[in-house]
Amino acid sequence: MTAVAPDLDVTAREALAELLLSVADDEFIIGFWDSEWTGIAPMLEEDVATSSIAQDEIGHARALYELLAELTGQDADLIAYGREPDAFRHAALLNHARGDWAFSVARRYLYETADAVRLGSLARSAHEPLALLAGKMRREETYHLMHAEAWLRRLAGGAPDRLADAIATLWPDAQEVFAPLAAESTLVRTGLLPEPMASLHATWQARVRPELLPIAGELPAAAPTRDGRAGRTDEFRWLHAEFTSVFASEEGATW
Amino acid sequence: MVSAIAADPREQRVWDELATIPDPEIPAISVVDLGVIGSVHVDEERVRIELLPTFVGCPAIGVMQEQITARVSELGLAAAVEVVVTFDPPWTSDRISAEGRERLRLSGFAPPQSMPAGPALGQLDELAVLPMAVCPYCGSRNTTLDNPFGPTLCRAIYHCADCRQPFEQFKQV
Repeated sequence: MTAVAPDLDVTAREALAELLLSVADDEFIIGFWDSEWTGIAPMLEEDVATSSIAQDEIGHARALYELLAELTGQDADLIAYGREPDAFRHAALLNHARGDWAFSVARRYLYETADAVRLGSLARSAHEPLALLAGKMRREETYHLMHAEAWLRRLAGGAPDRLADAIATLWPDAQEVFAPLAAESTLVRTGLLPEPMASLHATWQARVRPELLPIAGELPAAAPTRDGRAGRTDEFRWLHAEFTSVFASEEGATW
Repeated sequence: MVSAIAADPREQRVWDELATIPDPEIPAISVVDLGVIGSVHVDEERVRIELLPTFVGCPAIGVMQEQITARVSELGLAAAVEVVVTFDPPWTSDRISAEGRERLRLSGFAPPQSMPAGPALGQLDELAVLPMAVCPYCGSRNTTLDNPFGPTLCRAIYHCADCRQPFEQFKQV
């Protein structure tokens, strides 16, 4: 196999690796939280939907981990299942446990809208394998976004207080999907990330604020922070123990 | 079975063989009619086949790679057979052949709707999900989308108000 991205220097490769890991971890962790609804969602259709969405998200994570593995010469499974909780780089939004259905709907809506803005940019990345994958993912994510928006409207009419509380709780951490990356200036200069996180964040806020206004009222000013992808909760540590349990039971096993 | 016309007779043999390999999740349709074969290239050392997944997370990708490798190896055209997964070009439901659509319908799956032509054309990252599919049993358009998520990643669930039959659609994506 030919070297991946031979046109990138060491600095750019490291920057790209940081970007790929952050997006992959987001998709991986939301996928595992979604899978926690399999069998116990409020209705059969949602058992199927959450399971299918989980499979999509974990599939997206896998493809992103494989891009990362090609770039760095690591093993994709080892990146996914061989890291300690503190080595994960998902946004703080995904540190929270599943919660009740309103909480999951609020998080799915916040995440899917943010992911849509991010994918729109990544589909124009100068790293062609990432641009192609993001373009493909974006079409699949259209279904997730449609699902999240439909449930947001439904709960706004049926359980407005629980939904509003969940949005208020998650709002600060939702900003962190756009937390600045350490190597962001390199990413933007090389076109690997076509826009800075700050401008993607502004695009996202302009989209969600009007939709959330009638549901959760005027949400406070909020911005991503430098530590938005660091710091792990006990809730995430519990999930990590769950999703690594098979891998940890027989390290190095193949089947 | 529909199969592509290749200039190289060895490549034609590969295409003909691929046209007899069923999709693992919907065996009524071949991998060629499904449009997941991106390209076939044969040289002295190897047969190289590009596979375009319908969905990024499709769990059948590995099975497809194994089946294609095993069947094409039997042709004995080259020492090695390589089945490479790629998103270049991305698979879209418009890649399903006319014969593939008919085979889907005959086995009770509504084929995906074609993407509307016009400004959206060429914008592969834009997708319009339609709330209606044509019932594969009675041909009615009086149908509703029950669940955009179904038993596999690529299938959605609809209901026909005329023949009162639930049915699945191969999702447009």
